[in-house]
Amino acid sequence: MNGSIAVFKRELQSYFLTPVAYVFIVIFLISANWLAFGVGGLYERGRADLSPFFEFHPWLFLFLVPALSMRLWSEERKSGSIELLMTLPLDRWQAVVGKFLAAWLFTTIAIALTFPVWITINYLGAPDNGAIFAAYVGSVLMAGGFLAVGSCLSAITKNQVIAFVLSVVVCFVLLLAGYSFVLDAFSAWLPATIVDGIASLGFLTHFEDISKGVIDLRDIVYFGLLIGTCLYATTLLLGIKQSD
Amino acid sequence: MSRRIANMIECKGLTKQYGALRAVDDLSFSVEPGEVLGFLGPNGAGKSTTMRIIAGFVAPTAGSVSVCGFDIESQAIQAKRRIGYLPEGAPCYPEMTPLSFLRFVADVRGIEGGRRASRLDEVIGLLHLESVIEQSIDTLSKGFKRRVGLAQAILHDPEVLILDEPTDGLDPNQKFEVRELIRNMAANKIVVISTHVLEEVDAVCNRALIITHGRILADDTPQGLESRSRFHNAVTLKLKNNAQTGSVNAAVAALAEVASTEIDQQAGRLTAFPAPNQLPLSAISQLAADQNWDLAELHLESGRLDEVFRTVTGGASG
Repeated sequence: MNGSIAVFKRELQSYFLTPVAYVFIVIFLISANWLAFGVGGLYERGRADLSPFFEFHPWLFLFLVPALSMRLWSEERKSGSIELLMTLPLDRWQAVVGKFLAAWLFTTIAIALTFPVWITINYLGAPDNGAIFAAYVGSVLMAGGFLAVGSCLSAITKNQVIAFVLSVVVCFVLLLAGYSFVLDAFSAWLPATIVDGIASLGFLTHFEDISKGVIDLRDIVYFGLLIGTCLYATTLLLGIKQSD
Repeated sequence: MSRRIANMIECKGLTKQYGALRAVDDLSFSVEPGEVLGFLGPNGAGKSTTMRIIAGFVAPTAGSVSVCGFDIESQAIQAKRRIGYLPEGAPCYPEMTPLSFLRFVADVRGIEGGRRASRLDEVIGLLHLESVIEQSIDTLSKGFKRRVGLAQAILHDPEVLILDEPTDGLDPNQKFEVRELIRNMAANKIVVISTHVLEEVDAVCNRALIITHGRILADDTPQGLESRSRFHNAVTLKLKNNAQTGSVNAAVAALAEVASTEIDQQAGRLTAFPAPNQLPLSAISQLAADQNWDLAELHLESGRLDEVFRTVTGGASG
């Protein structure tokens, strides 16, 4: 476990040593607020909830999270530091978990920094704060899911652009799988159980459940399984890549 | 026997295939404590691949490596604890400072408490990193980067050191210091280094492996390799007046101890190669005294590694 903690600390430190952290946080905060107020009409709606704010999170994450995850392994491979990391006495999974957790904590910090929106809505009215908290949890879980997918795809290439594009595409598919217009296209010719299956694979179905304020165990299990599977795949892919 | 194996590196039948290319081809050798083994070979000979396999970064296609009794594949963690490894090009995390980087390595290696502070101080002192310790690594010169990589490799005082081109990019003073460092640490460790610089083999190694196309072509002491050179025991002399070189050449060539002579016109040096099992030095110096040659220099050649290297590798490259 020492190994994971050391990698975790180093990674988190590195975010703040490079402009990555500041650029990411600033862009995230500006876009999140612009989407909520400018596009979502959070203020004009005159309702004391943050759904226009959380509604855009999946789309924001779609581009911002792969920008963060693309460097996880691609950069190590490109700079050759992976050779150093992998010859330290540390299991491959420890490095995978350490890096993932650092990236996840970092996105959590970025999400937490949107707290002025929460304060604002409390100033404007009397929102259901429990539901808002649940939505934050959902948002963090979804960011974790995107990151885990990105980690996996970053493990297969030393080219960060390829890692980014692949992550966006895969996350886009996972995101779309929950939308009704996609599901409608399937429901015309597929049995309902399969359509439900496709829907349950999507990020959105689970995110929407949570952001309504209902933290269902199944949604938590979904994100947990998704993250676990992707990290396991990352470990395997790194092993395969390393033995070539 | 078992105690000897317990602190050795043993490579058995190492093979690494990259597509159609066989980078390492059935390599077997072992290294014991106290040995400083130099890997020599043209670029692409399989030196780095072999070192990567021993350090546990690349898995071999066939064969096995045991480090201090631990198999590098099935007991990777135990084996890696005993190894200090400097990868080719000394990659680091460029955004970190040497101090934070070394602390990270100490954390991963589980070096804690008082030992952590004393080890950090020691390696920083040994590699003279004090002046750059708080600077980010990407702003450092190539020499400093290499020394940060070396500091990382020796931080845990490992039993086995694998150093891929440890002096590449260093200036002559730094090269001298690093060689000195390796020599001082070598007494009870296993050190494996790769290098292009043949003088380095003489300076630090007590054993040399010449590798080409992933195979061992020679496994000997540096002196043993030198004795394979046609220059071994040859005598080189230079006269103050170059015009006399021709007549001196005739006299030297006539000696029974001398098989042949060669004149380097540019340097004005005459080299006499020994006849089989002969040492022509005393005969030549006797002759020089008898005939009152006005000598600028006269010395015995120990053998030239670069020439042996070219002969053994057949001038192969790539």
